[in-house]
Amino acid sequence: MRIITARRISQIFFFLLFLWFCTICTIGEKWWELRGWPVNLFLYLDPLACLGMLLTTGSIYLSMLSGVATAVLTIFLGRFFCGWICPFGTMHHFAGYIFNRKSKKNKQIQNNQFKNSQKIKYLILLFILATSFIGLVFKTNTNFISGSLQTGLLDPIPLAYRSINLIVQPFFSDSRYYRLSFLTGSIFITTLLLNFITTRFYCKILCPLGALLAILSRFSIWRIGKTVPKCTNCLECEKHCAGGCNPSGTIRISECILCMNCIDACYERLIKYRIHPSESGEILLPEISKRKFIISAATGVLAIPILRLDATSIGPDWNPYLIRPPGALPEKKFLQRCIKCGQCMRICPTNVIQPSGLKFGIERLWTPVLNYKIGTSGCQQACIACGHICPTGAIAPLSVKDRFNHFSEKKKKAVKIGTAFINKSRCLPWAMDKPCLVCEENCPVSPKAIFTRKKYITIKNGFNINIKKAGNNIIELEKSSLMPNQLSSGDFYLQTKNINTVKRVVILGNTENIIFIHKKHDFKTKLNLQAEINIQILLFQPFIDPANCIGCGICEHECPVSGKTAIKVTAENESRDKSHSFLL
Amino acid sequence: MNAASKIYNSSRRQFIKRVCKSVFCAASVCFVGYRFHDSKGLLVSTDQADAVTLPDFSIPEQKNKLCIVKGSNRVKTINLALKSMGGIESFIKKNDRVLIKVNAAFATMPELSATTNPLLLSEVIKLCYKAGAKSVIVIDNPINDPASCFKLTGIAKAAQESGANIIMPRKHLFKKISVKNASLIVNWPVFYTPFEKTDKVINIAPVKNHHRSGASMTMKNWYGLLGGHRNIFHQDIHNLIKELAMMITPTLAILDGTTTMMRNGPTGGSFSDLKSTNTIIAGTDQVAVDAFGATLLGKSLNELVFIEKAQNAGAGKANYKLLDPEIISI
Repeated sequence: MRIITARRISQIFFFLLFLWFCTICTIGEKWWELRGWPVNLFLYLDPLACLGMLLTTGSIYLSMLSGVATAVLTIFLGRFFCGWICPFGTMHHFAGYIFNRKSKKNKQIQNNQFKNSQKIKYLILLFILATSFIGLVFKTNTNFISGSLQTGLLDPIPLAYRSINLIVQPFFSDSRYYRLSFLTGSIFITTLLLNFITTRFYCKILCPLGALLAILSRFSIWRIGKTVPKCTNCLECEKHCAGGCNPSGTIRISECILCMNCIDACYERLIKYRIHPSESGEILLPEISKRKFIISAATGVLAIPILRLDATSIGPDWNPYLIRPPGALPEKKFLQRCIKCGQCMRICPTNVIQPSGLKFGIERLWTPVLNYKIGTSGCQQACIACGHICPTGAIAPLSVKDRFNHFSEKKKKAVKIGTAFINKSRCLPWAMDKPCLVCEENCPVSPKAIFTRKKYITIKNGFNINIKKAGNNIIELEKSSLMPNQLSSGDFYLQTKNINTVKRVVILGNTENIIFIHKKHDFKTKLNLQAEINIQILLFQPFIDPANCIGCGICEHECPVSGKTAIKVTAENESRDKSHSFLL
Repeated sequence: MNAASKIYNSSRRQFIKRVCKSVFCAASVCFVGYRFHDSKGLLVSTDQADAVTLPDFSIPEQKNKLCIVKGSNRVKTINLALKSMGGIESFIKKNDRVLIKVNAAFATMPELSATTNPLLLSEVIKLCYKAGAKSVIVIDNPINDPASCFKLTGIAKAAQESGANIIMPRKHLFKKISVKNASLIVNWPVFYTPFEKTDKVINIAPVKNHHRSGASMTMKNWYGLLGGHRNIFHQDIHNLIKELAMMITPTLAILDGTTTMMRNGPTGGSFSDLKSTNTIIAGTDQVAVDAFGATLLGKSLNELVFIEKAQNAGAGKANYKLLDPEIISI
């Protein structure tokens, strides 16, 4: 078998595996559902996420340790991950092949040779890593001097997960929506189209993971190289090169992604993957000027403190609409771990977890935030899926028990993600004299966090109505201002003023000028004809008990005032940050 | 002919050809414009869909039946109740396609009794198949995420293991329907399509407290057939439940009062909200079934206005004693 056939099989296998993991990432026990599939596999194998996390938190969370294996193998073998495994790389490799296969040989050679722009990825890597380590160096409690994990912005593995989860997958499912689709989608498509310029444009020029692996491959034991210093210079190898590493001349080891195309293309079989360095020389790492190095590192170091001077990021002007999934760590720690992969958004059964947009600051792009209007039924109380899929522990894995109040154990209170607030100027029983109680009905906690108070309110045009005639169960009014059956819902009452015994009786129904009541009230004998009555409605007005409210937001989702809802959850009282609490 | 006239001729021919083509194109454009011209425009309210209605699923000779069995074992009580009404065979005939409307509104555990009990459901499904039913489907349009609801309530497992299919409330299965003489359910999307291929309908609901309507029992359970922004109906809930009872008459209504949710309904969420009332009520008159259910909640018919309203609309009898129910204790 040709070596490139083996590579292609490997690429196709891992790409299909990746797609499979994206597809089955739904809660369930069938073999084509989540079950025990290692859906995060590629994220775990990602050494950049692993290193980033190490720099921000000083630790490597659970299976993220697998990134070390990739790193070790890369140190020995070179960038095999890029050429043989990376699903995002495979997409670009294939796109590049499709776009460029009909170009002339000269043009292909020109496209696939090393370009100075390939150094950009090292600067990107440097910048991103510089944003993350500052918290480890200066151990202070300030909000400014803290690392922020920004690898996810361009790290190809989270980018691939995010693109498939948020852009491709929704088209194959029953109405799922994702905010920020324009940005997520255009980045995904743009990166694919960039392959018109050169095959694997993203991998060669932008990919910070590629840059990291390139640095790691510096001492690789096996490497691509020529067995003789001079050849016929047919440049077939450079025509097919996918990494831009100039195999015919002084090979750039850091750029070589081990696509093995050069080995296959060389008519004279002069290129081999072996222990000896290339006979025509090697360049281990591209030269990056001190000035560029310092600029990237310094801007990276300064970026987060400067971003956070804006108190909206973390600080006094914190954004109450930023509601994180249950189990999310305190914001500062959360931002040290979230790699923006979108797995929580994919697994969420109600679609309530959404990527955050620029509204919450550039530092939080694509991090998970709850949107109750999109979610099908708020954040379901008995669900703990997001914390269990999160590869980095930014959302801590809860147990179902953690989401319920346990009053027997005094301190065991359900995890809160926010608190609901009622907008009395939009709420039907508060502002429109209409009974409703949908929010109260749907409140899932016990005892309910929404309670009601009873109130009789005289309806519009219901004041001081004169009675013409009263029967046992019929009351005829002087003026007819009622719509037939307007009062038939069982919520309306007749209030009499001149009677001591009966004050309010329920109205059963009405015509234009007759009101029906129950026979047993026997009004005929009790009411004098000149009496005036009020027509009232019984309203149960909702109130929030913040001690019980967990912020699940199903009230907000179900509120019949569905545009700007009359009840809205904000992040007040969230368990993850005590400073956001307003309760004793 | 000389060369010049040749050119002349051919250009004349070309000219004529071109004229023909342009006339043809222009005519086509005019035709398309004429053909698709809309001289009226759309009305703001285009809700003119041909509304359908649901058929009556009751069996004439089985009218006015009601049976109440006291006992804590749902399998025993439901079997006894059906037996005393003449057996399941008097409701389900051979090759019947049975639809069971469950209450799967919330994604909570079955022990919390906010949803139809899975044991009871699977027993009814088994009985249907025993009576020769061709197929049994289980439907609901829950409030929480449907997949989670069916899964967490144990209804999915119960249905699957006893051979019934769950039909998920996908959008294309809804149709606009209007209830005759109704003022609320008019041109409203209802989970209708599963009823098209159904011969018998069984409603299985738990007894639950409900703050807005007083109680959620079998008639309120039909709320789960509604689609659209059905929450606005809370403003007139008693009339809505009345119209739900007018909309559909089941073959059999089974009200599960083995455990009653006494407060914090309809979601519950805690065992302290529940009370063992050890009763199962089965009948063909859904109004009477609910009227008896009210006694388990300790509520009077005055509080549950919808029961009397449903009676006045001709859906059944509010005074269940008139049906002379058989009351059995295990």
